[in-house]
Amino acid sequence: MKTVTFTIDGKIVRADKGQTILKAAEAAGIYIPRLCACKDLVPHGSCRVCSVRVNGRIQASCVQTAAEGAIVESETDELREYRRNIIDMLFVEGNHFCMFCEKSGFCELQALAYRFGITAPKYRLLYPKRDIDLSHPEVYLDHNRCILCGRCVRASQDLDRKNVFQFVERGCRKRLQVNGEALSDTDLRAADQAVSACPVGALMRKRVGYAVPVGRRPYDEVPIGRDIEKKGEE
Amino acid sequence: MKRALAKITGEICKKFGNDPTRMMDIAMAVQERFGCVSPEAMDEIARAVNSHRVEVESLVTFYGFLSVKPQGKVVIRLCRDIIDWMKGYESVADAMSRELGVSMGETTPDGAITLTHAPCIGMSDQAPAALVNEVVVTHLTPERGRQLVRDLRRHLDPQQLVTMVGDGNNDHPLVRSMVRNNIRMRGPVHFADFEPGSGLRRALTLKPMDVIREIKESRLRGRGGAGFPAGLKWEMAANAPGGKRYVICNADEGEPGTFKDRVLLTECTGQLLEGMAIAGYAVGSDTGIIYLRGEYRYLLPYLESVIEERLRRGFLGRDILGKKGFRFDVRVQMGAGAYICGEETALISSCEGLPGVPKNRPPFPPQQGYLGCPTIVNNVETLCCVSRILLEGAAWFASMGSPRTTGTKVLSICGDCRKPGVYEVPFGISARELIEMSEAENTGTMLIGGPCRQMIGSERFGGRICYDDLATGGAILIFNRARNKLEIAEHYLDFFIEESCGHCTPCRVGLILLKKAVHKVIEGAGEPSDLAEMRDLSNFIIRMSRCGLGQAAPNPVLGALEIFGDLSAGFVAERKPGLLPEFDLSKAVIDAEMRVGRQSKIV
Ligand SMILES: Cc1cc2nc3c(=O)[nH]c(=O)nc-3n(C[C@H](O)[C@H](O)[C@H](O)COP(=O)(O)O)c2cc1C
Ligand code: SF4
Ligand code: SF4
Ligand code: FES
Repeated sequence: MKTVTFTIDGKIVRADKGQTILKAAEAAGIYIPRLCACKDLVPHGSCRVCSVRVNGRIQASCVQTAAEGAIVESETDELREYRRNIIDMLFVEGNHFCMFCEKSGFCELQALAYRFGITAPKYRLLYPKRDIDLSHPEVYLDHNRCILCGRCVRASQDLDRKNVFQFVERGCRKRLQVNGEALSDTDLRAADQAVSACPVGALMRKRVGYAVPVGRRPYDEVPIGRDIEKKGEE
Repeated sequence: MKRALAKITGEICKKFGNDPTRMMDIAMAVQERFGCVSPEAMDEIARAVNSHRVEVESLVTFYGFLSVKPQGKVVIRLCRDIIDWMKGYESVADAMSRELGVSMGETTPDGAITLTHAPCIGMSDQAPAALVNEVVVTHLTPERGRQLVRDLRRHLDPQQLVTMVGDGNNDHPLVRSMVRNNIRMRGPVHFADFEPGSGLRRALTLKPMDVIREIKESRLRGRGGAGFPAGLKWEMAANAPGGKRYVICNADEGEPGTFKDRVLLTECTGQLLEGMAIAGYAVGSDTGIIYLRGEYRYLLPYLESVIEERLRRGFLGRDILGKKGFRFDVRVQMGAGAYICGEETALISSCEGLPGVPKNRPPFPPQQGYLGCPTIVNNVETLCCVSRILLEGAAWFASMGSPRTTGTKVLSICGDCRKPGVYEVPFGISARELIEMSEAENTGTMLIGGPCRQMIGSERFGGRICYDDLATGGAILIFNRARNKLEIAEHYLDFFIEESCGHCTPCRVGLILLKKAVHKVIEGAGEPSDLAEMRDLSNFIIRMSRCGLGQAAPNPVLGALEIFGDLSAGFVAERKPGLLPEFDLSKAVIDAEMRVGRQSKIV
């Protein structure tokens, strides 16, 4: 296979031809924050947390393929601030009460907030009115915490081969919808990849919450992305 | 009833080959027949085209003209663009809503008439205007609005509202519209005589790659706004690997204040179809699609008749003009009320029967576009230029305009001026000349290229219309000195918020936060830090958004801030620390009183 060579923040990185910048960086032990990108799923390019400058232009690294000789900047003050803004925006767009959310400590949004040092959102909260779908025996969908990343949509289509989810409406009214009136109309199962793909506490299995004590949850001690960075240090 | 719905919906799906990529047409046909696409209809469609109900719902809820809930037999969509606003939208809306006895967005209890509004419907030169189903009514006044409602109540037939027809082809039996062309200046590219077939005949004497060379030599740049060199785009598509290729004409014309494609579609239809066939020949495509915005539905029968006629005359179809093996057919894809579908990859999504969400790039459409095939998307005017270039030659075309932007540009000028309408002018003309031509007085601000481009104040009226200075896809909006720039910016923020596809965070959320900041300042509660926040948010949204909509939406805000200077004093002040200046105590108390149902003793 042909390879290309480029740099990220001055470090030389090799990538397979056609590989995305995000994946090439990951293989080289460089962590670029991401939310809607998830391994085994086609990239979505929606959250924009993975934005980097490629030869001066801001691009989403999860969809942009690495080009020979490209100069990629990732850890700059500007991009750090912009990524933070996005995390802040996702918090105020929904209703996130981390202190009693079952996903705390496992949540990628929360983990990114910690990584960026966000203690309180910098924008005014929008307090949208959103529904909770408890109709399904094994799984619930809390729209208050949905960040519209589309991971469940793609996982259900491409991995579970089911098509349980899709987005409806547009703009600020865009929301996740299930194939039917409610979750119980669908053929979703708790073991489906769609459920585990959710990065936040929106799509959750029932009756298994709070199983891990505070302090021992995945992101309590190790910041998100540390696993990738460790590879780079070896 | 349910059985009938299932049967008819099934027939509609069958008419479109039970093809999920034709879901737009299917949903529109169902909506036309039943006044909505109900959950039952969505189930039927999903079954027939072998898709999922949620996919159908995703499409139906995306487009402004489609609806899950029942709508009236007649839907009145009052255009709510800022130009209509300036020309009396509010009083017309008020009059119609009183006459109907319903408020905006509601349907009369008998289910006959729905009153709602639409973003710019492409009639800014004859505002206030409205769509009544697909029929356009223009120059509304409160009295005419009331009369219109009374007439509709009697016959429920929008076509009967047309008592006077417009000029040119608006008078054609298949159009019969009261829309006027308002062509104020006729240039040599679009409004000179054009002998049907003449450009195509010349093209067919050349090899396809020589047609591309001709377009490159003319230095024709896309007229839709971005100004991408047309020849280069065609070359990329011609060289891309793949069998089938497509030529798409972008007739979505959604940019507020733009209506020049409306006139070209009405008066230069042949020249447009000829440009598409030439493009097809050049890039090796046998299929063209015209993506026509839903607002221009009234032009569809006429457009289709011109396609028919050209088929008969051998300008379309098989062995065009006797050239063995060269085939080119054109179909019209209707849009359904979504500005974002003007963006070329969103347009392609829409043609594929999907919500109009832009696609990730790369790949770019000339590499992989419609149904994964190499596709060129060109604006109506670009394709009209093509026919003329092939007829008159690249050198002739390149001799007009400014050095780096050749040819002429069709502008649609509207707003505070005496002569709104369409002007074909050479590139390089100054903004000041446009003010004079359109007889505008007291001009304070212009939006060059509509809200997605630049807002300029008088210090830049010497600037020139071309891609290196004041770039425009055609819209020129003129505002007099009395208009509040920040309010203009806020109006268009509302527009972009409404029209964002909602896919990416910076655009979906950022615009709402930006709007809040702008509103706070307009309300007189602004602080100096708000101006900084507006600037920061604007730059963030422009740089981080995924497509051209988000990358452009804050431009009016930045423009207003730049020419804000003198205004800021009245709007913005330092406040006491710890106060929330945008918090209105008495309003909050009234809200609370309404809820508990008694008067407060505090305020
Ligand atoms: C939000 C948005 C809306 C657009 N709307 C239109 C439109 O209504 N008509 C158009 O021709 N181009 C529109 N464009 C530009 C198209 O994406 C594309 O550049 C153009 O159709 C290419 O044709 P051209 O090169 O002939 O101009 C829009 C772009 C964006 C980002
Ligand atoms: S439910 Fe979860 S995975 Fe699905 S879109 Fe919402 S946040 Fe993403
Ligand atoms: S910038 Fe706006 S319109 Fe474009 S993809 Fe993002 S959300 Fe959709
Ligand atoms: S991870 Fe790239 S846009 Fe979300």
